[in-house]
Amino acid sequence: MSDHDYQPTSKLGKWFNDRLPLLTLSNHLSEYPTPKNLNYWWTFGGILTFCLIAQIVTGIALAMHYIADSDLAFASVEHIMRDVNYGWLIRYVHANGASMFFLAVYIHIFRALYYGSYKSPREVIWIIGMIIYLLMMMTAFMGYVLPWGQMSFWGATVITNLFSAVPFVGEGIVSWLWGGFAVDNPTLTRFYALHYLLPFLILGLVVLHIWALHVPGNNNPIGIDIKKPSKDTVPFHPYIVIKDGFALLMFIIVFAFFVFYSPNILGHADNYIEANPMVTPAHIVPEWYLLPFYAILRSVPDKLFGVIAMFASIFVLVILPWLDTSKIRSAVFRPLYRQFYWILFIDVLILGYMGAMPAEGLYLLVARVATAYYFIHFLIIMPILGRKEKTIPLPLSITEPIIGGSPDLANIIKKKSLN
Amino acid sequence: MKKIITITYLIFLLSIGGYQVKAAEKTDLLKIDWSFKGLFGKFDRGSLQRGYQVYSEVCAGCHSMKYLSYRNLSEKGGPEFSFEQAKAIAASFEVTDGPNADGEMFARAGKLSDKFIMPYENERAAQAANGGAYPPDMSVLAKARSGGADYLYSILLGYEAPPSGTILDEGVYYNKYMYGNNIKMAKPLEDGLVEYSDGTTASEEQMAKDVVTFLMWAAEPHLESRHQMGFKVIVYLIILTILVYFSMKKIWSRIESEV
Amino acid sequence: MSDKKPKRREFLFTASYAVGAVGVAAVIWPLIDQMNPDASVKALASTEVDVSSVKPGNTITVLWRGKPVFIRRRTQDEITEAKLVKMEDLKHPEKDEDRAKNPEWLVMLGICTHLGCVPLNDKGDYDGWFCPCHGSHYDTSGRIRKGPAPTNMEVPKYEFVNANTIKIG
Repeated sequence: MSDHDYQPTSKLGKWFNDRLPLLTLSNHLSEYPTPKNLNYWWTFGGILTFCLIAQIVTGIALAMHYIADSDLAFASVEHIMRDVNYGWLIRYVHANGASMFFLAVYIHIFRALYYGSYKSPREVIWIIGMIIYLLMMMTAFMGYVLPWGQMSFWGATVITNLFSAVPFVGEGIVSWLWGGFAVDNPTLTRFYALHYLLPFLILGLVVLHIWALHVPGNNNPIGIDIKKPSKDTVPFHPYIVIKDGFALLMFIIVFAFFVFYSPNILGHADNYIEANPMVTPAHIVPEWYLLPFYAILRSVPDKLFGVIAMFASIFVLVILPWLDTSKIRSAVFRPLYRQFYWILFIDVLILGYMGAMPAEGLYLLVARVATAYYFIHFLIIMPILGRKEKTIPLPLSITEPIIGGSPDLANIIKKKSLN
Repeated sequence: MKKIITITYLIFLLSIGGYQVKAAEKTDLLKIDWSFKGLFGKFDRGSLQRGYQVYSEVCAGCHSMKYLSYRNLSEKGGPEFSFEQAKAIAASFEVTDGPNADGEMFARAGKLSDKFIMPYENERAAQAANGGAYPPDMSVLAKARSGGADYLYSILLGYEAPPSGTILDEGVYYNKYMYGNNIKMAKPLEDGLVEYSDGTTASEEQMAKDVVTFLMWAAEPHLESRHQMGFKVIVYLIILTILVYFSMKKIWSRIESEV
Repeated sequence: MSDKKPKRREFLFTASYAVGAVGVAAVIWPLIDQMNPDASVKALASTEVDVSSVKPGNTITVLWRGKPVFIRRRTQDEITEAKLVKMEDLKHPEKDEDRAKNPEWLVMLGICTHLGCVPLNDKGDYDGWFCPCHGSHYDTSGRIRKGPAPTNMEVPKYEFVNANTIKIG
């Protein structure tokens, strides 16, 4: 890093910085050389930071009023919605915030997939990111249980029952998770404790994620290594700060529409019915952001292998840096990969849709094909493609993209920036 | 690039909306123009007050509303009965309080801070009195059914004679909009069942509309302030976004690069 | 660069900052206000007490806004004793007439003004109350006579709705 020789100007600053180099850190963050050609897909890192902080802040406020007790949880949520000052606002921001968080994280992940941000030297950033994603899913799932509505209860029942697929010890694991013979008060209180804890683990991992990012520096839409700092970079402040800020505001406008005008549209009506262990709702669906995994789970006819397939679908992402054999990062220079990328994108959308539909007939068939394709993409197409694909020559730098007389390239890059 | 972002958002909104709508409308629900829908949606006060009357005279015999308090009736954004009216309504109910100094429960007139009294002691008692079917608590009913207000309105007006050949068990009624068409609640509304104090004709449709409006408010008591605040927030955000947009253009113009 | 340009730029940034700051403040308020007493708590701000069964010389304690309130039906002796106290003997001079509008009934917050403990009935050197925490003595009018408490026990706002019912708050 280029800012190790930073010295504060004031005497006090110097005294403090020698003891705890916070000023050096803040100087590093504001001077951090960032590729100047980052597009708006790169703003979702900042948006995600906002989402995490918003969830933690609203969550702490809710925790001051929520009661984790199977007899009182539902009523305490109604108390928040009716009586607590701005309680309805805080709860709707928190509930819709979870969806917005996942929307942003999916865009962030698909951006990394498109521009090859997971490849050397950024594998560790990617893996930390995947751990964050996994923790996010656990946190969101446990948070959804807390209002103790019908979907909370039956969602918890179905998901915890997944672990009963583990041979020999499955039943033991499940009753250990429950703290009883079924999802009940002990389950609720432990989910509450963990729902409060996990976001802080996520926060810690986010710090590591950013730290790991600041070692090699950002990838960029061209995907080439750039010199830092140079003509190709801009300091993070104010250039990237203002751009992230602008994108964040656009994002918050959408967020606000959900909170103020359709706060319940992303939820499920059944969750406004208090949990009842004797009646299962006609149609159990997880929250939209978990639907693709739910589809994968259901498309395998065997219980154990269904669970394995579901976890494997995340694991293939974790090992993706080694499955993708291409040296070229950005899909801009990989015409074939670009097509497979969009097929994968549509495949995941299809999986999501099938996850919301009943697992029968044509739906099930389509879900199975989509599941198979998902794994084929990562396990077969990616390794082969990297070896066989004919790529477009790379430019030498961001500022001088046309090198070696490749006239098409200028057009391609032009097209990209218009996108 | 901005276009793509907007388009993605739109697709996302539409697909979510489409999915929700699809789930909600298996049989086409009856639709009316609810005053509380839309960006500036507000409750119709008269309708809320009449709706309360229908609830208390028709529904409250079986359906509890345990998360509401009598004070809510005079709160802003609700039926807005006057403070005195709400007090009188509360006082017209007998509330069990206690224990007193002798350790016994006693009955007293209701106060504003009391929750709506329950028609039955508990859920089991409610089931026993209603042929095994628990009349659901109505506090959040309008949010607890997909289709919301339209669904409740349709159920209230969806009673008809069963198609020939359908055999109904005793205590079961035929309703066109009910899941499976069998409902254990007898047709609750008839023309002229209540006498509205404001002189409105108590047709079946009118009563259904009023009571559903009341239920919507009960489920979402802060709906009006939510809509009002939402409008202000979004106007504010748009202004700030425009300012930040131009600031960004200015800053990036220092270097020759496109944002 | 023309003369106007830097001015406009400055205005733009100042405006962005100012508008942004307003927004941040507006977001912080709900997060603070959610900790204030909520609507259900405020609805319990007043309480009515039936005092028909209280005999002279007895005290009942009722809960009002989460705090104990002493309602004592004083005997004639106690009233006389309270009225005879000279103002100069009091640490916090208040006339008994001002504390008990209806001399038979003394209504006050049963909280020691020292550090918030609940004093004991019919104890202490002045026939009133005695706080066991740090030894404050109160007289038959609930006035501080000895010990560390700085002021008399507080009289809340109350009224007689009818002969038998006191409305506190």
